Amino acid sequence: MRKSVLLAGLVAGFSTFAFNAAQAVEIEYWQYVFDTRVKAMDQLIADFQTKNPDITVKQVTFPYADYQTRVIAANMAGNGPDVMQLFYGWLDKFVAGGILQPLPTDAFPHEKIEKDFFPIVSAMKRDDNYYGLPTAVRSLAVFYNKKLFTEAGLDPNKPPQTLDEFVAAAEKIAKHDAAGNVTVAGSTLDMTGQDHQWWREVLIRQFGGEPYTDNDTKVAYNSEAGVQALKFYTSLQTEKKVGAVGFMDEGQAAFRAGKAGMTIDGTFRLGAFSTIKDFEWGVTELPANKDGLRSNYASYFANGIGAKTTGEELEASKKFLTYLTSPEAMAIWLKVVGELPALRSAALTDANLKDPIYGPFLKGLDYAHTTMFKDELGQRQNAIDMVNRVLLEGQSPEDSLKQAAEAEQEMIDAAKP
Amino acid sequence: MESDNLRGAAGGRPGGTAAAMPADRLSMRTKRLLWVWGFLAIPVLFYTVIRFYPTFQAFYLSMTNWDLVRPAKFVGFANYVKLFKDPQFWKVFRNTFTYLIIGTPLSLLIAFTVAFFLDRVRFMHNFIRALYFLPYLTTAAAMAWVWRWFYQPPPIGVINDVLALIGIPQQPFIRSTDQALFSIMVTAIWAGLGFQVIIFMAGLRAIPTTFYEAARIDGLGEWAILRKITLPLLKPTTVFLVVFSSIAFLRIFDQVYNMTTNDPGGPLGSTKPLVLMIYQTAFGSYAMGYAAAQTVVLFTILLIVSLLQLWILREKK
Repeated sequence: MRKSVLLAGLVAGFSTFAFNAAQAVEIEYWQYVFDTRVKAMDQLIADFQTKNPDITVKQVTFPYADYQTRVIAANMAGNGPDVMQLFYGWLDKFVAGGILQPLPTDAFPHEKIEKDFFPIVSAMKRDDNYYGLPTAVRSLAVFYNKKLFTEAGLDPNKPPQTLDEFVAAAEKIAKHDAAGNVTVAGSTLDMTGQDHQWWREVLIRQFGGEPYTDNDTKVAYNSEAGVQALKFYTSLQTEKKVGAVGFMDEGQAAFRAGKAGMTIDGTFRLGAFSTIKDFEWGVTELPANKDGLRSNYASYFANGIGAKTTGEELEASKKFLTYLTSPEAMAIWLKVVGELPALRSAALTDANLKDPIYGPFLKGLDYAHTTMFKDELGQRQNAIDMVNRVLLEGQSPEDSLKQAAEAEQEMIDAAKP
Repeated sequence: MESDNLRGAAGGRPGGTAAAMPADRLSMRTKRLLWVWGFLAIPVLFYTVIRFYPTFQAFYLSMTNWDLVRPAKFVGFANYVKLFKDPQFWKVFRNTFTYLIIGTPLSLLIAFTVAFFLDRVRFMHNFIRALYFLPYLTTAAAMAWVWRWFYQPPPIGVINDVLALIGIPQQPFIRSTDQALFSIMVTAIWAGLGFQVIIFMAGLRAIPTTFYEAARIDGLGEWAILRKITLPLLKPTTVFLVVFSSIAFLRIFDQVYNMTTNDPGGPLGSTKPLVLMIYQTAFGSYAMGYAAAQTVVLFTILLIVSLLQLWILREKK
């Protein structure tokens, strides 16, 4: 008798378990490992699950270096993620590989996307389909060390606003030893950091040129403007001696150590710099040129839906992606990761714009450009080599620029499907 | 005794009577062979699946334009033609051989010298030997980062600080296209030194002391003993180390990658070895077919170099 009760209980237990399992849809979310991003996503998932008790989201992460390979391999094996994070620059490859499906227009109508998001989301559009939407975006700004500004007799509350002021401030801050080595840099020079983006999307435009034409498939910087932009950059080391490539290994390390007056870096550096205890630092917009022209480089990781997701998983994925692109998710992301909301309404609030740190980055978003890289690593390397040829091998900026332009055009052409 | 055990084990298999019948008719030798191969089958199978199959697959891949996302298309020797026309490849090729041709003899010379003298040191012998061996135990990545900081320009680079102290002009080291490769090679030699010293010392210890005693009685000098007895008798050890360290230098990666992470193989590709180029082609540009072609070239180089060394250093009869 007792046995049969026990058995009945067990059966009942199993069936409710099975019933629940059938009710709850589980979807997988993939992103790469970066401490604050994973933590923010944990929070978002917990919040989403309380609002949608019938959906469970499983977060899966991989080291950044393996991430793309994992996504591609999993897709081939047919067990890829339902919702995944991807860098905007990977889109061509992911679309060509059939990894993503176009965002369903019932949940994500185009007019709404184009009205609500910053214009840089157009980088996620191919053939009239959007393939992903960002939670957060990142832009560049100048970080400056207020202590070094004061020591050099500069007003720490009036950071430079034009390129001339930028150079003048850097010259005042820079210090050298008897042998001419930089001991304190006025501004860091680090093409391997964000300087290549600064040169490509900002300086070239400010000297009157354009980095690319035809949807970034034709290299256009082999021009007088390109030469002027490159000369401006290399002269910071060769003539003005405000810094040196490789000083303290990396630009961000030099700034962190309090040995650099200014450094150009992105929103993603806020987390690392927030632990600086030795000095106060501030943020200001990237300097304008003489005519007041400003530019910026913005980039982002978007979230897309896997090509093989269908049925109730697809419905759940749509709900999850809608949540990820909601103002409340963006607020959590901003707080935890420090990246700016991708929705205009969530980003351009009075509080955010007045914020001394987020403000300059947000202003930058309004006039930012997004390079449509075809081979991100290759194109970055090409710009690094261009500057190294001038600084290390004494090649003339004109020749180095010409060589870089030709090499990059070849790279872009080779990447065409 | 051993065979008794084997037979016992074979006969003792549960339900093995029917199967054991023909087995009983097999000779002892055959049975033993069966057992040996039975056990060997596991590693052989393992190697076939995870080593040999991918190796042959790489040969096939090198003839395709596979880019991971689209299905592979057969392109014949196009990847090889592209590779041999690529100036970047020849630069990398030269770098790889510089690591090999300078790195291997230099590291062996230093290792032998250290081993030769350390063999005679009695005072704190084990401690000194441990000190030499320590770098070999350290993670290459951690070591490379320490050296990376040593090589920094002023004001933080330790080596440049020392140079300044003794009045030598500062050197750019890994920021120079001329010095970077050698700066990295030094760290690789240093890292592998401990292992080579230990192997050389084992080789030295294996030479019977009677040979030395006889030589001394005959009145041979130290130099002659070294040339006529120590070096010839050390030949098997030397051959092993030459091949071993050549392969290590041909496959150098960790040191280079970690010392130049922001501009891998830089500046201007002056430190880039073949393995790093393969890595970048495969996992940076996702040109898997092209990367496979580079892998096949590396495989061929390794094969030729190893066979050549074995042939040059072979036992002359």
